[in-house]
Amino acid sequence: MKIAVCVKQVPDATSHKRLDPGTHRLDRSGEGVLNATDVNAVEEALRLKDAHGGEVVVVSLGPEKAMESLRKALAMGADRALLVADDAAAGSDLLATSRALTAALEKEEADLVLFGQQSSDADGAVLWAAVSDRLRRPMVSQVAELTVEGGELTGKRQTEFGYDVIAAPLPAVVAVSDAINEPRYPSLKGIMGAKSKPQETVSLAEIGVEAGLVGEAGSGTTVRSSTPPPPKSGQVKIEDDGSAADKIVEYLAEKRLV
Amino acid sequence: MTTLVFLESHDGELTKGALGVLGKAASLGGGDVAGVVLGSGIRDTAAAAGAFGASTVYVVDDAALEAPLPQPRVDALEAVVRESGADTVLFAASVLAADVAAGLAARLEAGLNWDLTDLRVEGDELVGVRPALGDTVLVEVGWSSTPQVALIRAGTFDPVESGGSADVKDVTTEFQDFSTRARLVEHLTEKASGPSIEDADVIVAGGRGLGSPEGFSYCEELADALGGAVAATRAVVDAGWYPYAAQVGQTGKTVSPKLYIALGISGAIQHKVGMQGSGTIVAVNKDPNAPIFDFADLGVVGDLTQIAPKLTELLRARR
Repeated sequence: MKIAVCVKQVPDATSHKRLDPGTHRLDRSGEGVLNATDVNAVEEALRLKDAHGGEVVVVSLGPEKAMESLRKALAMGADRALLVADDAAAGSDLLATSRALTAALEKEEADLVLFGQQSSDADGAVLWAAVSDRLRRPMVSQVAELTVEGGELTGKRQTEFGYDVIAAPLPAVVAVSDAINEPRYPSLKGIMGAKSKPQETVSLAEIGVEAGLVGEAGSGTTVRSSTPPPPKSGQVKIEDDGSAADKIVEYLAEKRLV
Repeated sequence: MTTLVFLESHDGELTKGALGVLGKAASLGGGDVAGVVLGSGIRDTAAAAGAFGASTVYVVDDAALEAPLPQPRVDALEAVVRESGADTVLFAASVLAADVAAGLAARLEAGLNWDLTDLRVEGDELVGVRPALGDTVLVEVGWSSTPQVALIRAGTFDPVESGGSADVKDVTTEFQDFSTRARLVEHLTEKASGPSIEDADVIVAGGRGLGSPEGFSYCEELADALGGAVAATRAVVDAGWYPYAAQVGQTGKTVSPKLYIALGISGAIQHKVGMQGSGTIVAVNKDPNAPIFDFADLGVVGDLTQIAPKLTELLRARR
């Protein structure tokens, strides 16, 4: 079984994230990491490969330096990385991003395309639905338990109304919930081995996507302005030095909550 | 502007969130506002939307729409957009609606803005407001496409009953071959146990930072000392640590107690939307960078296994 996992490099959680005041785009100049919930998708792909054999390829759209983050997936055990990097893709929204990713995925012809739950930078949690419509494949999202047997997948997902168990034939697209597994840490051997695994960076032209269909030109949404929200007043943050419980009681008593 | 609002229904009832967005759309005063109800045997359900601001309700009633799956709904909505000539399609965010909205956006090459907390019309342009980067920035967004699609953050608008009635119009659709390949095998629900979190004045909620299902005893003891109820995040409910009925957040319940104590909860946006209306929020987390500290009234960086038992003891001594 061939599994493609769509992943994204996002700013490190400890970095101070900011929008560029000119372009209103996220400043990506700092340290980047593999998006946390994408790691769950990589882990699930590796578990399926362990059970069924096959190949795991990680696919991403982003700046050239995003390959550093894809290497983490290779260190975990993925076989290959494909990065679509092109200056023309900067500022892509859902429409533009899904076009570029779909073109890359069409070349891969994977049996299963996996996504993580949500990107930590854009809070997006919809890309799989756009990609699956373009790929014309069945799709299941928010999957907290996934099995594949006899060319059919079964996913258990949580919604507002309880749990749904959904089955779909391969090839298919699945977005996993971060509750699906506890991702492995890359071993030292894995980290060393990652360097020699195939890592391919391609331009939009190489996957047959016209520059006008991505980036701001290919987007259907615009950003008009960005401003700081009104501050929340009276917030207190303390570090526990052994007296935190007393301080909480004092705080609650002051507010007449106890 | 002709606006369609996707009216999600469950067990024959339109969801509160969807009716809230319908009311907001009607109040914008930017032209016609119609509802869309998709399902099997749902014509009676559809008519109810008239009382919440829809002048017209489009209905696609088809057995292929019986299960709550997104892809056949994209086909049906595409048909309704073409039939109605709508230029704007609004959704109240939910697990189902997010997938339908993004599928529709790709199908129609229509721009999608998500997580909006407000909408207004400027001239004849729709403008959305989206809190970004953990709600540290407010972004005003627009569209360069026709049609334009938006997902409104869950719980943003309350339904407004205006008492009107809607003209119900039937639309039929063909389904794409790939849209009907996924099928619902089983639907499972869990019954609630313990005090209801919706009515509680005090809630003690636990997340992954509790470390294990047994960690919920910290929450239960503290809730007991405060006369409150215990809640949980989606991550720990999905992991089987605590029952679904206690889940707070986007796919769980929305609560607004006087006091909300969060133990070992990072404060992901999906959790935040379910509890940000709480009077006072106290958070204990060992990660100083946890997003919950951005909106907690009192944030404590520390080990909850040390702090929670001591806090419980102090509170019990006060009674």
